[in-house]
Amino acid sequence: MPRPILSSALAAAGGLWLIRNLHVVTLQLPDEAAQGAVYRNLFFHVPAWFTCFTAFAFAGLAGIAYIVRKRMVFDTLAVACVEAGVAFTLIGLATGSIWARIIWGIWWTWDARLTWALITCLVYFGYLMLRESLDDPTSRARISAVFSTFAFVSVAITYKSIEWWRTQHPGPVLDFRTGGGQIDKAMQSALYHNWGALMLIAAALVLIRMRQEDSRRELEALRRYVHAQ
Amino acid sequence: MDDRNFTFLFYGFAAAWGILAAYVVTLASRESNLKRQIENLKRMLEDKETSKS
Repeated sequence: MPRPILSSALAAAGGLWLIRNLHVVTLQLPDEAAQGAVYRNLFFHVPAWFTCFTAFAFAGLAGIAYIVRKRMVFDTLAVACVEAGVAFTLIGLATGSIWARIIWGIWWTWDARLTWALITCLVYFGYLMLRESLDDPTSRARISAVFSTFAFVSVAITYKSIEWWRTQHPGPVLDFRTGGGQIDKAMQSALYHNWGALMLIAAALVLIRMRQEDSRRELEALRRYVHAQ
Repeated sequence: MDDRNFTFLFYGFAAAWGILAAYVVTLASRESNLKRQIENLKRMLEDKETSKS
């Protein structure tokens, strides 16, 4: 299937799934006993983080694949995943901060999870800035591949930080991390549904961004050709 | 229940959708910018080749 049609289909499916999930989250699920209505932010917060972690994992794997195979398509995939991942990282940070303002009474605190989440966000912003500073496509791809491979360490630390350091951020609640009993089944199901929907939207954004990277390479090749004339 | 809970729930949803929408707008504007630049360069090349011949 051509990329534009596939990205449109994924975006449409993701959008419809999100609408269905919004109906469940806002109209079917009850308020949380201690937190009230604001806990519903977590149905975006947690899936947004899972989505960006997945995107960064793909970027890391694409980085390794580029180092091994030297094919530009892996560099294209890596940058597209990182950019989409950064968008979802910002969503995770913003929704978490808004939730914290009501539940903790503060917008931000330098606890282990929040600090590592911010570091991860800055590391991947750094990746995007680094790419912009490199003109030669081959050097850009090679250096970016090494960067994206090692940057994933920051994602792993962010993911594990709520187990390694028990600070302000709540600990894991989902069954696959705790063995069960920490979260209502219906709420957990809604979280997974939203993750699925956000993953489809992220996949659509990655495909669109990959197309743009191809266009950017075409533009750079044309510029070189014009200068050589 | 505290009404601020609903206000901040709205802020959270608005932030999530807003960031996503802003990224989509950025992608769209970048795409049109790239297309325009590629077209300009192709036209420039065609003009050069026409003037050579």
